Amino acid sequence: MIDQNLIFSMIAAGVVGAAAGYLGSIMVLRRLALAGDVLSHVALPGIGIALLYNLNPFLMAFAFLFAASWLIWLLEKKTRLPTEALIGIFFVASLAIGVMIIPELEELGGALFGDISAIDLGDAVFAIVLSAVVFILGSRIYKGLVLGTISEDLAVANGVKLRKINLLFLALVAVIVALGVKVVGTLLMGALIIVSATAAKNLSRNIARYASLSTIFGMVSAPFGLWIARFYDLPPGPMIILVGIGIFLLSLLNRK
Amino acid sequence: MQNDLILKVENLNVEFDGNKILSDLSFEVKRGEILAVVGPNGAGKTVLFRALLGLVPYTGKFLWQKGIKVGYVPQRFIVERDIPLSVKEFLGYKKESKSKVAEVLKWVGFYTSDEHHLERHLLNQPLGVLSGGELQKVLIAFALLGEPKVLLFDEPTTGIDLGGEETIYNLLKKLRDDHNLTIIFISHDIHVVYQYANNVLCLNKEKICFGPPHEALSREELKKLYGTEVGIYPHTHKH
Repeated sequence: MIDQNLIFSMIAAGVVGAAAGYLGSIMVLRRLALAGDVLSHVALPGIGIALLYNLNPFLMAFAFLFAASWLIWLLEKKTRLPTEALIGIFFVASLAIGVMIIPELEELGGALFGDISAIDLGDAVFAIVLSAVVFILGSRIYKGLVLGTISEDLAVANGVKLRKINLLFLALVAVIVALGVKVVGTLLMGALIIVSATAAKNLSRNIARYASLSTIFGMVSAPFGLWIARFYDLPPGPMIILVGIGIFLLSLLNRK
Repeated sequence: MQNDLILKVENLNVEFDGNKILSDLSFEVKRGEILAVVGPNGAGKTVLFRALLGLVPYTGKFLWQKGIKVGYVPQRFIVERDIPLSVKEFLGYKKESKSKVAEVLKWVGFYTSDEHHLERHLLNQPLGVLSGGELQKVLIAFALLGEPKVLLFDEPTTGIDLGGEETIYNLLKKLRDDHNLTIIFISHDIHVVYQYANNVLCLNKEKICFGPPHEALSREELKKLYGTEVGIYPHTHKH
């Protein structure tokens, strides 16, 4: 009999991987690769509080991620501090708080490295619906974000509401990171976001190809890594990332 | 507003964090004019453009002719070599037909015998691999899509190779003549002002001079503008 749980897990991993790859293509384009990585750790205190008070970990992780992104977005404008410094401070603070409030070592492990074995049909449907929302909204702001990456002035002068779409983009990233926390965990979610896009960039000379390759790499590497992990009884999160790294190394051979 | 008046600026003020960047600026631009905006670094030239485009807060007022479209060529920026954005995709942001894009590319000097050549050697290329001259022309083409009547051009780079004898200023003049454009450009280079502009606006946070170059740019004005003697004299042939 086919392992039903494995199928649900693979579907969830596939859609989250695809959406992470899609958003990751923008992160990498804007040189925010490390910011994406760091941001994912902000989910940790949220998960800690959820575990302590028996709340929904996804919602708490999302709440923390979005609040942090929004604060960074706001502080970037109000203070003159560089974004990277702000993100760094949020990162260490979150890690410290998260580790303090997540009591059991085993639970901490689950939060850090994911626990996709716990995924059921409801979770898979939830992941599909949210990923679909991310794709629909993401595709509406994608062009504006790319134009803003080349030149902010040019984008704004041509009617792109850059501040607004930046915030929406951060919200979408928060959704996907929160979803991915269950799949690969907070420590490796950043990797899931950037690794597909970095590989896709090596193989692309236009945006259409870049965005689709990045999506496809995410969609393939996440379930495939999960499957290998299950087969050899290895932890799934790290295996998923290693498959992504493998694709990245292959992409170096064919760099354009 | 008179029919041939494209832009009327009255008492325009811009300040950032209490620092006055532009103070009480007033001038007019008429249809078909080429206006040069000159001044030293930090004089507020780019800020003036950004205010006119509505990108920064300002006080005072300016009025574009009703319904007029403004094309904007920003200061040349660095496009990373490995950015996966093709010229076709970049120009595609303006949502114009393929034939219109080809036509505008021709205006800015990408002559081509057949479409496939243009497709392969320009449109399918990533933006980051273009030469300085090609990128400048693509940025002008981007600004020209959407049928603007005015072109705001921040620092057309001199000495950039557009191919052959063509300079960026010849191109601007040609665009004005062939397509009925009004052009406002920012420049560091006083030489080109005499040669190409009908009017000049000297700016150093406030208006230092305004008018046809030969009248407006006296030695005193230049000294006031740049703070020292400027070793550039117009060719008035009065020796």
